[in-house]
Amino acid sequence: MESLEQIKARAEAAVPGAKIDIVPNASPSQQLSLKIDNQHAAAVAKFMRDDPALRLDFCSNVTGVDWLDRTVKKTIKVKQMVDGVEKDVDQTTEEFFPGYLEAVYHLYSIAHKHGPVIIRMQTANRTEAHLPSLTSIWRSAEFQEREIFDLYGIKFDGHVDLRRILMWDEFEDFPMRKDYREPDDYEYEPTPHDDVLEKAKQHYAPRPELDGAEKLTAQQTE
Amino acid sequence: MTVGFQELKQAPPKMSARLQGELMEVSMGPQHPSTHGVFRMNVALDGEIVRKLKPVFGYLHRNHEKIGENTSYLGSMPYTDRLDYFCSMTNNWAYALSVEKLAGIEVPERAEYLRIILAELTRLQNHVSLLGFLLSDMGAWGTPLMYAFREREKILDLFESLSGSRMMCDYMRFGGCRVDAGDDWMLRAKAIVDLFPKFLDEFENLIVSNEILIARTQHVGKLSAELAISAGITGPMLRASGVNYDIRKIDNYGFYPRFKFRVPLGDHGDCYDRLMMRVLELRESLSILQQAFTQIQPGPVMNPKVKVRAFRPPIGEAYGRIEGPKGELGFYLISDGTANPYRYRVRPPSFINLTILEDMCLGHTVADVMVILGSIDIVMGEVDR
Repeated sequence: MESLEQIKARAEAAVPGAKIDIVPNASPSQQLSLKIDNQHAAAVAKFMRDDPALRLDFCSNVTGVDWLDRTVKKTIKVKQMVDGVEKDVDQTTEEFFPGYLEAVYHLYSIAHKHGPVIIRMQTANRTEAHLPSLTSIWRSAEFQEREIFDLYGIKFDGHVDLRRILMWDEFEDFPMRKDYREPDDYEYEPTPHDDVLEKAKQHYAPRPELDGAEKLTAQQTE
Repeated sequence: MTVGFQELKQAPPKMSARLQGELMEVSMGPQHPSTHGVFRMNVALDGEIVRKLKPVFGYLHRNHEKIGENTSYLGSMPYTDRLDYFCSMTNNWAYALSVEKLAGIEVPERAEYLRIILAELTRLQNHVSLLGFLLSDMGAWGTPLMYAFREREKILDLFESLSGSRMMCDYMRFGGCRVDAGDDWMLRAKAIVDLFPKFLDEFENLIVSNEILIARTQHVGKLSAELAISAGITGPMLRASGVNYDIRKIDNYGFYPRFKFRVPLGDHGDCYDRLMMRVLELRESLSILQQAFTQIQPGPVMNPKVKVRAFRPPIGEAYGRIEGPKGELGFYLISDGTANPYRYRVRPPSFINLTILEDMCLGHTVADVMVILGSIDIVMGEVDR
């Protein structure tokens, strides 16, 4: 298989305006990936599937990743004049990286038996998460993009049937996001104790004489 | 009040007249015995013919991936057993393989052989029980399934004596296997594998030329090679459509290049081909097992350099995959340098093989839907995760 640089160069030549970046990966797995801009993603994906040398006809794995906002603190020594004497002073700079959601596609070729070529798309931010759907190019993305929509909340524009797939339809939040907080649900423990009991107490009306669970835990601790 | 025969005869069939030309919606499942777990299909029927079918699942969803992100790398290992609870050994292997890729860990030779032996034993018991289930779905209640389970139980006994558990084996570790298999275990395993072809011949005779089975499976649920590739179908189901793609041959993971085996392919991609694919793969697995028993040499089963505590792979990501009994089982891991994976993703073959269930069922009768679903070979623990 040709190198990622070659794929990038050919894809950018085939799809005018496309912007592809090679994402480094320091892991021993050495699986680098290509970051594709959202506007030309469908065209680039189609090129990768149909190009006779690539023929990435098999989209194996589609998945989402959540990257939170992060600030990276950097300390640099700066020479500064303090009281007429030049000294090294620590200067801290904070760089802010806004969070985003990401969809990662692992592509293989059954025709040429090579792979993987990993492509990824990033949303602009975490609130208005939109990405183009690649289901029309690889049918295998259908359920997997639905799963990403369900668990990460990325809306795939152009998807034929974008509904929740694993969670129930009435569910509101996106549980795989890193900042997801589970609902204040205490009912899964029939006899609540410890922190679940603390939660449960907030929901029960105060009735210490009737609350069997509290009595039970009180006896156990004695 | 009793209704006389004459009145019954004269009563106009109002209900059926009203339904004419309209589709009837039926919710099949989630508690249907043929859905292999809690799985539902919303079917729109025209008489007995399926015109629309939407699979509904998630009843067993426990957000396996989130739990994986909140535990250490090793902590997820026993939990992978619960994905596809028929094939815990291959689940372990796929996860261990991915982490080994992520952290760059070598595996000793004996451990690789043990992994191959256990994975092929898993394939034996998975395929044989699938055949039993499929016959059960087609109305051959009891007997074939019990025959299949008798053989499966022998293999599960082997797993139990090696790992301590029949199904939740939790046997593999990053950089090897948990315990070594003794000589007596090898002899027992070899005895079971030696006897297996006899059972398989008998079982094949029972099913292959059976007139009912042929009528129920041939030309049912045809899947073209183009659609199968596009829909990401893997495993025996893809090969039944005539696509030569076996990850054991493509990726050459483990020591599979050292083994001689063939990849059986189907012609028509119908349910019969899918069923026979399992029988043929069983024979190839038996051949791999016999080769493994002669090739395996004593030695260590665990890479001593691997840290068990404070195991932190370097920052980066890796995707590892193996040819599981149901298809391509992959794990995608992102490490941020801490003890827990930043992203832990399972690529479940059962889930993705369900993508084209509707395409395969359209135009067939309700009774065929059960056969088609059975021939996909799904396990809900893996679909719902």
